[in-house]
Amino acid sequence: MSWEIDYLALLPEIVVAVTILAVLSLDLFLPRRLKYWTATVAVLGVTLAAIPLIVIWAGDARASMFDGSFVVDDFALVLKGLFLVAGYITLLMSVSYVESDRYYQGEYYLLLLCSILGSMVMASSRDLIVLFIGLELTTGPLFMLAGWRKGDIRSNEASLKYFILGVLSTAILLWGMSMLFGVTGAVQFGEISVAVDTIMAGDPDMQPLLGLAIMFMLVGFGFKVSAVPFHFWAPDTYEGAPTPVTAYLSVSSKAAGFVALFTVVYLAVPGAVTFWGPALWALAALSMTVANLAALRQSNVVRLLAYSSIAQAGFMLVPFAGAAVSGRDKLGEGLQATVIYLMIYALMNLGAFAAVIVAARRTGTAELAGWAGLGRRDPRLAVLMAIFFFSLAGIPPLAGWFAKFVMFQSVISSGGLAGGVLAVIAAINAVIAFYYYARIAKTIWFESPPEGAETFEDAPAGSLVWVLGVAAVVTILVGVLPDISGFFGRATQVLVEAAGG
Amino acid sequence: MDWFENGWGLSLIVFLPILGALAALAIPKERESTVKQWSMLVAVVTFGLSLIVAFGFDLGAAEQYQFETNVPWISAIGANYHVGVDGISLPLLVLSTFILVLAMIYSWNHWEEPRNPKAFLILMLILGTGMNGTFVALDLVLFFIFFEVVLLPMYFMIGIWGDKSMRQIPGFGKEMPTRLYASIKFFLFTLFGSAFMLLGFLALYFKSGEFGGRTFDIPTLAAHGAAGDFASWGIAGLVFGAMFLGFAVKVPMWPLHTWLPDAHTAAPTVGSVLLAAILLKLGSYGFIRIAIPVLPEAAKDWAPTIAILSVIGIIYGSLACLAQTDVKRLIAFSSVGHMGFVMLGIATLTDVGINASIIGMVAHGLITGLLFFLAGSMHHRYHTREMSRLGGNLKLMPRLGAILSFTAMASLGLPGLAGFWGEFMALLGAFNPLDGLSVGLFRGAMVAGAIGTVLTAGYMLFMLQKVNLGEPSEEWVGHEFHDVDRYEMTAWVPLIILIVVIGFYPKVVFGATTDAVVNMVDNAYAVDSTASLDVSGS
Repeated sequence: MSWEIDYLALLPEIVVAVTILAVLSLDLFLPRRLKYWTATVAVLGVTLAAIPLIVIWAGDARASMFDGSFVVDDFALVLKGLFLVAGYITLLMSVSYVESDRYYQGEYYLLLLCSILGSMVMASSRDLIVLFIGLELTTGPLFMLAGWRKGDIRSNEASLKYFILGVLSTAILLWGMSMLFGVTGAVQFGEISVAVDTIMAGDPDMQPLLGLAIMFMLVGFGFKVSAVPFHFWAPDTYEGAPTPVTAYLSVSSKAAGFVALFTVVYLAVPGAVTFWGPALWALAALSMTVANLAALRQSNVVRLLAYSSIAQAGFMLVPFAGAAVSGRDKLGEGLQATVIYLMIYALMNLGAFAAVIVAARRTGTAELAGWAGLGRRDPRLAVLMAIFFFSLAGIPPLAGWFAKFVMFQSVISSGGLAGGVLAVIAAINAVIAFYYYARIAKTIWFESPPEGAETFEDAPAGSLVWVLGVAAVVTILVGVLPDISGFFGRATQVLVEAAGG
Repeated sequence: MDWFENGWGLSLIVFLPILGALAALAIPKERESTVKQWSMLVAVVTFGLSLIVAFGFDLGAAEQYQFETNVPWISAIGANYHVGVDGISLPLLVLSTFILVLAMIYSWNHWEEPRNPKAFLILMLILGTGMNGTFVALDLVLFFIFFEVVLLPMYFMIGIWGDKSMRQIPGFGKEMPTRLYASIKFFLFTLFGSAFMLLGFLALYFKSGEFGGRTFDIPTLAAHGAAGDFASWGIAGLVFGAMFLGFAVKVPMWPLHTWLPDAHTAAPTVGSVLLAAILLKLGSYGFIRIAIPVLPEAAKDWAPTIAILSVIGIIYGSLACLAQTDVKRLIAFSSVGHMGFVMLGIATLTDVGINASIIGMVAHGLITGLLFFLAGSMHHRYHTREMSRLGGNLKLMPRLGAILSFTAMASLGLPGLAGFWGEFMALLGAFNPLDGLSVGLFRGAMVAGAIGTVLTAGYMLFMLQKVNLGEPSEEWVGHEFHDVDRYEMTAWVPLIILIVVIGFYPKVVFGATTDAVVNMVDNAYAVDSTASLDVSGS
């Protein structure tokens, strides 16, 4: 047992934690007109946290602390990088949004930072308790952030729905975890995995209980990643929450849920793949199909993006689920494809949300009909939107194609009839999904603006321009030279080794 | 010039247009003439480079890939940046760069609402990269990317500059602008096909792993195909079917053709020209370059199906033409028929048939491209394309009418003009298909195809009679029409010359293709078929 603490490996989390304290105390003492300093400090803190992360990544300091419950390896580092970047972008998107409506700025940034910290802890967790704490720290603050627009009844609805279903899912998840502990007598993933293998090999009496434990946990995670049929909270919450929070929900919080799901099923209960493989397969197929069909009918862009993100979650599950139904030895490859998809999705979805924020601010509505002819009113914004939405649709040479490509490659590689069927379902869904992304492009570019509509010559807030520019450049760059994203896949290699794959 | 011959010349042809498009972004929208001159310069230089490739091409070794580059591209999935031309792709590459120049000349003073030449020219240049890239790509992933890159520019061209009229959508109770309906239909059909094509590519990739390493490399996969590696593969037929979906939608083959009449009719003139002249060829080229050499056995199983669908396409396209009242829609449907001949040639799996299909593609590109130019110019002047309102065109605009007559004759396959070779040789190929294919079925297809040529002549003459001959209707009395202007002339005369040259001397095309095609068929089916090739007029 080693209880030694490696402070360098913990430094990214420590920096974020210190920033949280700094924001909290600043908020106490700053007069109202200077409250915007809390935003500056928050952005600065997240940026600073990236420095030790890069130092650890560049060096070879990898650590396993607290008896292997908290691990800093390539996989965790890449995900922490993702959570920091997503958090950074969300903060930048929030700056002009929160300022413009006199919200409680200090508290807003405080909560967002807490959520970022939670997701970072979660990426390193290799035991049920740390994982649970990380996951709840990620989602807990979001219950409040979703209801930040107090005067708006839909924001209240968003918060309440998210809270009730979130707490319910937490309870179910916890129940599943406690049963798993009861069955295996361990909380640490490595130990659980050994116990599960023993049960699967020669203890048929315990198998039903183990299966039940896994199903409960899957339901809990299903809520977190809003996979169909556990997705009902998502569209209402997404629509009502402040748009930067929605962006965060659809990227970071979803990614956190996915990472929790993958680490648990891949590291803790891989032996029981025959239980959860088919369940993931069904989640993937249902999420893609149901969400895509529902998205076709949406008239509000944020709601549309909510369904789109559910469908994208389905696509993300495809490689891993395809691998899971064809056997344990394929899991590693499937996981790599899923992680690559997750990274690319995070990037282009954040870009799309930034563009939606600008467009909604300019036209005063998030209803698609109100955006008619935006291409003539603000061509630059409209070009950016086309880039992000067609990337989400997976049209080359934008980054999204590579995500879809890797998905198909992996699911076909895992072979078997079930994998092939999933590939065909995904292919049909890719076409359906294109239709509603193209519908946005159609309204913006092909329809005429209303009579006398003003044109927008000025640039939006500097922080948004920065977000849009970076996201667009990276979206195109990854699309043309996808090797850049290859290292995300390689980072999962350590997880594959950890699982003995 | 080593770098050029080592393959970077081809890369320049592919990427110059898109780099030009990026540079054009920097030119202010108001300076229209600068944008036009710049785009024209880019297109002309690209065409010039493709001519350098054409003249530097060693015809003695047409079956080999030349100007080849092969460097690693995406190591994560094992895809390479592999480009090169052989005798099959060379004519299509030159056609593609050439048509782009002509399209730019034509658009010099023809802008459809809402104008915005800058955006339109940028889209044209991006389209150029996609088209050129598809013809030189020798890696499945690269091919797929370029195959898809053409979609977005064409989608925007149709959607923004397309037909403004309203139209009742079948199956929906509402009206919507034709251009919106046509653009999304075009995109969805193609995407549907290419999603399955991608699945097929991936299946090939993994299968090739059993024979010395997974690869997306087309020549390597074709070598596997020739060696019979895939012959005993249980799902080869399904994989071919997946690729068939992707390519057949693009060609388009009956019954996947329904996007074509809508897209062609709704697109702006230049869009229709590029669509007909180049984009349709991406599909039939895919069959020749990928599907047949890689999966020759599966191709043999599919050949009768392809032949039957082609013949239905020929007959159906011709009959549909007879029922049209809109000139542009008539030309669009004629494409279905002509591409039917191209596909019939491919389905025979013989060198004669495949040669026929390549020259058919080139000829169709020249002739139908010109027809769409003409239809666009007529619409520009009459503001209608209804044949019942037109008439006496030869009297109103003698030069335009004469060119229309000439092109219609070329389109119906008059001997001595380019359109003849594709149709004639495809029928000849169907008379004597590859050993093992049902001779009865293919001869039946030949007879049906021959009937199709008669129908083609029928609707073309019918169109000429309605539009060109007779007296102008009263509607146009007193109207002054300006005859063909110099931009139109500059764009059209090269096409006319080429139609005549290829008609009299098809070796312009066959010279490059024959060896490559014979080699391909020999490899795929291990037959000696050189003897039957003397019909090529050489």
